[in-house]
Amino acid sequence: MNPVPNPASPTTHPSSNLDSLDQLEALSIHIFREAYREFKNLCMLWSIGKDSTVLLWLARKAFLGHVPFPLVHIDTSYKIPAMIQYRDQLALEWKLNMVYGQNIEALANKQTFPEGQISRLQCCGLLKTTALKKTLSGEWKRFRLDHTTQKYITDPISEPYTGVIVGARSDEEGSRSKERYFSPRDKQSDWDVGDQPPELWNQYKTDFAPGTHLRIHPLLDWTELNIWEYIHRENIPIIDLYFNKGDGKRYRSLGCYPCTTPVESTASNTAEIIEELRSGKFSNIAERSGRAQDKEDGGSLETLRREGYM
Amino acid sequence: MATPELMEQMNIVIVGHVDHGKSTVIGRLLADTDSLPKGKLEQVKAFCAANSRPFEYAFLLDALKDEQAQGITIDSARCFFKTDKRHYIIIDAPGHIEFLKNMISGAARAEAALLVIDAHEGVRENSKRHGHLMSMLGIKQLVVLVNKMDLVGHSQERFESIKSEYSEFLTQVGVQPLGFIPISALEGHNIANLAQSMPWYQGATVLQQLDNFKKQAAKVEKPFRMPVQDIYKFTAQGDDRRLVVGTIDTGCIEVGTPVTFYPSHKKSIIKSIENFPEKPINQAFAGQASSFTLKDQIYIRPGEIMVKDTDPPPLCTQRFRANLFWMSKNPMVTGKNYKIKLGSRQSPVVLVKIFSILDSSTLGRETHKQQIGRHDVAEVLLETSKPLAFDLATEFENTGRFVLVDQYEISGGGIVLEALSDSETTLSDHIKVRESGWVHSKITAAQRTSHYHHKAKFVLLSGQNNQQSLAFAQSLEHKLFHDKYPVYFLGLSQMVEGVSADLNSSSFRLEDQLRRLGELARILTDAGLIFIATVPELDQYDVKVLQMLNAPHEISLIHIGDTAPDDYKPDLQIPDAFTAEQSTERIYKFLKEKEIILEYFL
Repeated sequence: MNPVPNPASPTTHPSSNLDSLDQLEALSIHIFREAYREFKNLCMLWSIGKDSTVLLWLARKAFLGHVPFPLVHIDTSYKIPAMIQYRDQLALEWKLNMVYGQNIEALANKQTFPEGQISRLQCCGLLKTTALKKTLSGEWKRFRLDHTTQKYITDPISEPYTGVIVGARSDEEGSRSKERYFSPRDKQSDWDVGDQPPELWNQYKTDFAPGTHLRIHPLLDWTELNIWEYIHRENIPIIDLYFNKGDGKRYRSLGCYPCTTPVESTASNTAEIIEELRSGKFSNIAERSGRAQDKEDGGSLETLRREGYM
Repeated sequence: MATPELMEQMNIVIVGHVDHGKSTVIGRLLADTDSLPKGKLEQVKAFCAANSRPFEYAFLLDALKDEQAQGITIDSARCFFKTDKRHYIIIDAPGHIEFLKNMISGAARAEAALLVIDAHEGVRENSKRHGHLMSMLGIKQLVVLVNKMDLVGHSQERFESIKSEYSEFLTQVGVQPLGFIPISALEGHNIANLAQSMPWYQGATVLQQLDNFKKQAAKVEKPFRMPVQDIYKFTAQGDDRRLVVGTIDTGCIEVGTPVTFYPSHKKSIIKSIENFPEKPINQAFAGQASSFTLKDQIYIRPGEIMVKDTDPPPLCTQRFRANLFWMSKNPMVTGKNYKIKLGSRQSPVVLVKIFSILDSSTLGRETHKQQIGRHDVAEVLLETSKPLAFDLATEFENTGRFVLVDQYEISGGGIVLEALSDSETTLSDHIKVRESGWVHSKITAAQRTSHYHHKAKFVLLSGQNNQQSLAFAQSLEHKLFHDKYPVYFLGLSQMVEGVSADLNSSSFRLEDQLRRLGELARILTDAGLIFIATVPELDQYDVKVLQMLNAPHEISLIHIGDTAPDDYKPDLQIPDAFTAEQSTERIYKFLKEKEIILEYFL
């Protein structure tokens, strides 16, 4: 949790001028509300990282303290253990409808990169992309948090989720910079980059032929810096792996531990991270530089993304 | 440690004809402001080296494989960079005509535009089309960059001639550019610094110009407008608040303010302005995604516009004149049903008339075209099936513009120019034609009345519980039949599966079904029957449509439920608790009182 006490944010705005964070927040909430009005089988992906946690915070604002759809986490079993702990703690505290899915078969057969069988990219493909597709479609078992026993049980509901809210940001890398707020995928999760629907003003594509499903991106216009400024302002309880705890290292981006390395940094609270991004050592270094799977092939994240990676 | 002050943020779009150098301009801006993430530049350079091609700034943006292969921008991509003054999101819009809808998507979220013209090639078709669309998209700040000055020997004469030609065009479409800048993006001239190569130009560099763009202030001073996005009640989560939510377009509002919702004209008072995780607040204003509770629990639906009683109301008509651009391969045709999305309202709409179509490259106006083709800009007359609440685009940006959906796709966008009178609608035109062609029977209505011992009547039952209405209607039919009155009850499923079977089920709409019901009622009442039908719920416009279609005969409106419909008055109301027998008895008594069934017959 955020170890730094935050100056209390004011409950009323001192003036009627919205600053850049207010504007980003309002647009994200607007998108959430459009999605909730128009689509029945919605879910939201929560990777436990800073972006999707900000997304979760915005959802609670949009629906005045409620999150009226399930949160889905894909557990590769290689997540840093603190991430799972933090996930369940927050899910109980905020009364979230928490669901996770997993590639049980690949894990049982040891078809993973850490166990030496396949490459990093193939591992992402199996443990993340395939697991995600099959969990969303309901073909594979889903596990739902039972708030009374505080344990996960097999989810009796296996209806496919057709609208998936995702925390992708367009400044992350090239392919994400071309996304729509409401982005249709066909049944195979394929993304046709060349032929996307137009989005005019605040009108989004909300009419779909049966069989299409869609990704909704409320955070598209946010930058990494905006995310941290907002976490700081709102005092969002972010997982503490992002902060240096004395060893001069912290995570800038969270993933599976075999493929994610911490960066050298002494930033131990949100304000120091903001400083680092604005003018300090990270002002010109790409966020995903600590993610090994991006570097294996020239097409990098785009290849993963076309095949359904979030 | 306090957070340093937030920097201002602004969305800029860069448009122009294909190959005029938009991506190169952005690549330069990123490089010259030292805004490139180290990882990115190296990644692109390595990619170029690995694929044996010279590095170009444009590659930084055209990050997708497809685009690098074709060398053109397919979709609008966003780039981020900053000056000392603010953060920018630059939207690189494709210049190829094939990707016009992507260009429009990019431009529609911008606050200012840079339009690039190749000095060597000069003003081309898309230079004009894009310039014209900028005004329709509501972008008021536009600067023209005359690029590739190196190819014309940095000639002032060439620059001035393009400037004068293009200025003239912009004036015709009502756009006032803030300025023209001669640049060479390839050499980096006049981007961040004034170049020696063009000593005759002493105006702003591109960077200075960006910082000169003005941030649009939230329109707090204007009359209040908020399209209602949704109504929430999270009862299952133990929350009893009934929340009216939406993003405020203009104005501000306080707790206690009387408000009216359009087009329903329902009224209430703001009870509270809810907030999370903070406590409720006293005031909300333009730009905020807000949540309200109301003092009176009125029944309103998403799509209405919330307005302060003291502010000028929006316009409410079925017909209006608009300017629109069309993006779909399938042309827009008259008479076909489309969907309009305006504010948060979605409604069926038809194209009644094309006044003119503007060819954006020649600026010629064609008035004889029968349909609106892809990439056309047209002035049209549109009609919705019920009155729509809207404003003129010149007065309110958001409630004055709309998109049109054909099947599942957003295919057009436009702005409202004028509200038109509803005295003539496609429905009234249709009824005029129908009645003038009606072949009247030799048997008069009076003859039928005396023969059947009752007047012809359309008895319409409605209520929220459709099963209940259905049971009451059938019980009534049974009783009347038993008493030897010619009567017929029609269930909605016969309508949907029979009369309307030719309608595409994906475009099923209550409006279409009501219209068919009205036509049937006209025929069956003409036959002298008592015609009974049920519909789930009605509003005043549905009632009006049915009355118009059923004329010259009349409708008896029977409402089932304890709460009266709030925007029309039924002829008879039946309490929820009534049994079918009680209801039938009550309706029977009503029909006698109104002398629809004639007492002496019994």
